[in-house]
Amino acid sequence: MRSALAGAAGGARRVWALAAARYAIILVIALAAYAAVLLVAGKDPIKAYVDIMNITLGTSNGLSEVIVRMIPLLLTAIAVALPSRLGLINVGGEGQLYMGAWLATWGAITFTSLPAGVFIPLLVVLGFVGGGSWAAIAGLLRAKGWVNETISTLLMNYIAPLIVGYFVYGAWRSADSSAYPQSAAFPAAARLPRFGDTRIHLGLLLALVALAAYWFVVYRTEWGLKMRAIGGNPEAARRLGIRVGLTMVVVLFVAGGVAGLAGMAEVSALYGRLRAGFSPGYGFVGFMISWLAGGSPLGMLAMSFLLAVVFSGGSVLQLTQGVPFAAVNVLMAIILFVVLVQPHFWRRRKA
Amino acid sequence: MTWTLIRGVVSGCIMFGVPLLYATLGEVIGQRAGMVNLGLEGILLVGASVGFAVTAETGNPFLGVAIAVLAGGVFNMLYAYLAVTRRANQLASGLALMFLGIGLSALIGKAYIGKRIVGLARYQIPGLAQLPWVTKTMFSYDVLVYLSVPVAVLVWWALFRTRWGLSLRTVGESPTAAYAAGRRVDLLRYQAQFLNGCLAGLAGAHLSLALAMAWTEGMTGGRGFIAVALVIFSRWHPLRAIVGAVLFGGAVTLQLQLQAQGTGISPFLLNMIPYVLTLGVLVLWAGSRRSAAPGGLGRVYYGED
Repeated sequence: MRSALAGAAGGARRVWALAAARYAIILVIALAAYAAVLLVAGKDPIKAYVDIMNITLGTSNGLSEVIVRMIPLLLTAIAVALPSRLGLINVGGEGQLYMGAWLATWGAITFTSLPAGVFIPLLVVLGFVGGGSWAAIAGLLRAKGWVNETISTLLMNYIAPLIVGYFVYGAWRSADSSAYPQSAAFPAAARLPRFGDTRIHLGLLLALVALAAYWFVVYRTEWGLKMRAIGGNPEAARRLGIRVGLTMVVVLFVAGGVAGLAGMAEVSALYGRLRAGFSPGYGFVGFMISWLAGGSPLGMLAMSFLLAVVFSGGSVLQLTQGVPFAAVNVLMAIILFVVLVQPHFWRRRKA
Repeated sequence: MTWTLIRGVVSGCIMFGVPLLYATLGEVIGQRAGMVNLGLEGILLVGASVGFAVTAETGNPFLGVAIAVLAGGVFNMLYAYLAVTRRANQLASGLALMFLGIGLSALIGKAYIGKRIVGLARYQIPGLAQLPWVTKTMFSYDVLVYLSVPVAVLVWWALFRTRWGLSLRTVGESPTAAYAAGRRVDLLRYQAQFLNGCLAGLAGAHLSLALAMAWTEGMTGGRGFIAVALVIFSRWHPLRAIVGAVLFGGAVTLQLQLQAQGTGISPFLLNMIPYVLTLGVLVLWAGSRRSAAPGGLGRVYYGED
């Protein structure tokens, strides 16, 4: 008994070391490949990487900005990982993020005089419901067997920012924003608190709680087991009396809700106003993070930090070398490629 | 007034529908071989940026189209390598291609933002263009427009009237059966994806060289995903894809016409029309299409070794 436990602990340590080594090798290959792309584009890759390291990880300000970026990435990654347990592919994190921000903004500019103790929980609920309802539409379409959730969530990503744009340029446009249309400012009580004098905000706590809840539900409850059963064989699950369609809608609602929290936190903590097009594609990157981590909670934490560095690096390169921000997509794609190619060191044993 | 509107609608349906038709046709071929490629969006962007860059450098839009077609095909080989050779998940492979396409096209196109080009020339249809109530624009299109329906027929013929097409469809229905019948599953899937990439590259080139006559980052605006949706709408049939493309072209035209007429409806609401319409059409079509999907669609084929 004792030796078996010790052996298990040793095995766990080995698995950990292997996982860390895998991430490191992937990163090295990806950075080398991206360096080649930068060279071809006529940029200096060494200087680029030195700049990125110095600015993002080398200063406490830079590091805190990385954490700020990490919050929506982690939340949207969870929004992908949860339904994937059911075999549902939610590519709509971006749209759900926008709808969460949209409903939270409605709350913030409607109930202007609430105390913070009521306002913040209200915003959390509204952000959750906004993103969740948006995703539940896709869940309903899928449960009815009408439209595959991959296609519907992808298309709805293009609709949600237009809804936000419609309100920001229309009914919610504030008079003091003539140059760049945006909603009225959130009341002070509706701003998520920040930690110290950084821009890191309560969203980080929400993301970590969501991650812990995800871990608990998926790995420690009967519910998580049921989800895996449905994902593995919907027909068998149906015969066991699990209401497959309802489960799909509920799970997508919760997933979308988590993505909605990301949108709510962005507008409430960082801008204090709703703006059109405020997300630089966090939802898509969240999909990638969940996929890279294979839905593992710690993997998602690590990958969202890594991609937050990549994202911040994109802004750095835009400033220092005039590389278009969209070029960070190349680096992200290369990371995904390396994982998909599955070189021998990365090959996962079947769970 | 009415004639202006009709002219605008007719030419709009055609001009906006054509690039979507090419992209949809490519995806029909790919999905008939059992593969969903969500990277279409990225290929469209690569085709659009490469086509524009070549045209801006050489002044020859036909060369731009040719290189864009080739670039699309070669670029999509990355997806094929992942999803066929490495047996990776198709959706993730497609999204990897999408990310890469967004990034690469931004790098390629950066120097050409705001540049002007002489786009694809338009030719009038003899006879029709001489009708009294018709102005020049209604029956005057570039060569890619005239080629679009013949290409659709060609794709139909290749898929349903040739041995190659039969093999390809067998691969899509059941790779194992195709293998047992002596077909080279991986090779056929590579061929299908090469054609898919070429057609998407062509679609991208048409966007930047005939429609917009400009390059802007992310100018495809989700058309790649709409094309994937239209494949479902057309029930994996090349000729029905024409209907889908015209419908989408009509949606974009409606949006632009309402904007131009100054109806006072917010442009944000009008811009939703194509996406909402695509979703709505999929819902309406839902009952009748299940049996039409290739049996092996989206599944990884692990080979017989």
